[in-house]
Amino acid sequence: MTTLVLGYGNPGRQDDGLGPALAEAVAQWAFPNVRVLDNYQLNIEDAAELAQVETAVFADAACTGESAFVWQVLRPAPKIAFTTHALAPQSLLALCQDLYQRIPRAFLLAVRGYQFGFGDDLSRLAQQNLKRALAFLLPLLRQPVQQWPDFFGPSTHQRTDAACGQSSSRSHFGE
Amino acid sequence: MLATGKTRKITINPVTRIEGHGKVTIHLDENGHVTQARFHIVEFRGFERFALGRPYWEVPVMIQRLCGICPVSHHLCAAKAMDWIVGGERLSPCAEKMRRLMHYGQMFQSHALHFFHLSSPDLLFGFSSDVARRNIIGVIQAHPEIARRAVLMRKYGQEVIKATSGKKIHGTGAIPGGINKNLSTTERDALRRDIGQMIEWSQAAVKLVKDIRAKDPTFFDSFGAFESNCVSLVRADGALDFYDGGLRAKDAEGNIIFDHVRPMDYLDYIREEVRAWSYMKFPFIRSLGKEKGWYRVGPLARVNNCDFIPTPLAEEERKEFRAATGGKPSNSSLHYHWARMIELLHAAELMRDLLNDPDLQSSDLVRRGLRREETVAILEAPRGTLFHHYCVNANDEVTLINLIVSTTNNNEAMNRVVQKIARDYLEGQVITEGLLNHIEVGIRAYDPCLSCATHAVGQMPLVVTLMGSQGQTLDMKARGAGCPQS
Repeated sequence: MTTLVLGYGNPGRQDDGLGPALAEAVAQWAFPNVRVLDNYQLNIEDAAELAQVETAVFADAACTGESAFVWQVLRPAPKIAFTTHALAPQSLLALCQDLYQRIPRAFLLAVRGYQFGFGDDLSRLAQQNLKRALAFLLPLLRQPVQQWPDFFGPSTHQRTDAACGQSSSRSHFGE
Repeated sequence: MLATGKTRKITINPVTRIEGHGKVTIHLDENGHVTQARFHIVEFRGFERFALGRPYWEVPVMIQRLCGICPVSHHLCAAKAMDWIVGGERLSPCAEKMRRLMHYGQMFQSHALHFFHLSSPDLLFGFSSDVARRNIIGVIQAHPEIARRAVLMRKYGQEVIKATSGKKIHGTGAIPGGINKNLSTTERDALRRDIGQMIEWSQAAVKLVKDIRAKDPTFFDSFGAFESNCVSLVRADGALDFYDGGLRAKDAEGNIIFDHVRPMDYLDYIREEVRAWSYMKFPFIRSLGKEKGWYRVGPLARVNNCDFIPTPLAEEERKEFRAATGGKPSNSSLHYHWARMIELLHAAELMRDLLNDPDLQSSDLVRRGLRREETVAILEAPRGTLFHHYCVNANDEVTLINLIVSTTNNNEAMNRVVQKIARDYLEGQVITEGLLNHIEVGIRAYDPCLSCATHAVGQMPLVVTLMGSQGQTLDMKARGAGCPQS
């Protein structure tokens, strides 16, 4: 069984680099059954990668929320509109489903960030949140995926709204 | 809708399937006729300030973070600029060919993504078809083989980039004076395995555009059509060249305005105008002035400007393209798609040739020479001509940066396409779904990249300015770059 950890975001935009930073840390754990990818954003070719694994963890920066991170199961969203060159993970799952007739069990690990200006380094709070997210993920990667929770986070959390690309585009375009 | 004196202004917000946030305003006179249309783009000049004071050798890696859509273009253009700083502009054959392979991989994946993912839904289903269907999922359902190819072509280009730059994020392949790795035989053989398929699919993509045009050539050729100048790099012999060469400008009739201009001399030929209503500059050809000197860049400009394409399959397609406009430059916005697919084919042919070149396995990676303090590099990015201008002091610190990115070069052209479409399709004083669709299709032909770094779409600064008929600012609202606090 192979798990894909896909961290995405721009490390040149401070806490937007939380996803790649998480991917880098997971790569250093060197689990034999865990494949790690990072990129600035998700795109259509990632569907081909998803089709080859049983489990996928999308690691992204979150720009809202009170907790250090949110973990939640993801499902394909075939009706979602494609608004940019980049894709949301739900859209990617839908693309994978339609193209390859299979999808992995997928989760979003959205780590709270605070600063998204130009800059190379994660903010101090984001670094703390990253540590907590990694401490959460490490034991999961040692367990069968059937034992992974569907959700971990504050009960008031709005599903999928933690990810910057999702919440911001929605609120932004909705105004 | 807002009335401002004698001019009524219609605002369309957002433009979907274009990076980041775009806003269009159409100005009407008191009789309801379109007087002006503007495509507002939020550009980030802050990055240039951020990079000041950094050591020059960091720039090729750092500058690519400017854009998560086309980082390779910025990486390579900055590396070319820094070649001059370290006196290493005469690259070793291995270094130049590795960089070219990286660039062609980027051109290939970018063009494939744009056409199949963003634009083919418009072209395959029609501009007025259901928005819910007019996307890549719709393409999968109606044309599954095309969608599958799109994914694999995009993936192939990404693999080329990874093999040549080291990794997808913050690739370090190009360094001042050369490269830091060659292409191993293992990497080469893996890429060779599929290149024949990529060429075949690229040919099919060109044919697909031609088939779409053939259904209604009059509409295809006239949609968003307007005369313009074109600017691009060309090789010394006039060939299409994505990576290097001199600047050429042609007018709408195909007459040369300037030719083989060295990058260091660009300010003698290109100037940038600032307009009150936009943060984005408007470049123009200096000799023609602000009013007449604006130009197009990108696939259409490149295929219009070059004398020939130096690979056989793409050159055959260029001849057919040129014949369609009677040997003159094409001024049709939808021809961007046609030219883009010809370039896709050219990039695939170029990659095939390089993958059979033993220079890529050489260990001659870096050249150095006379140290210099000022440099300009020009590159043809997928969306068009990219300028990087730097000064570096004796302490190796960057003291000046000026970037003119492709989307900036196409700024006025995108305003013109909106204006043309508004005049052709606006009925009454309401925005219909049809008008909105047509404007989106027109802008998308230019493939503007507005993301300028973060994938967190809504986190980019947004400034909305309302202007009266006399040019006065009626209102301004700004949203900063930080996250909204919950």
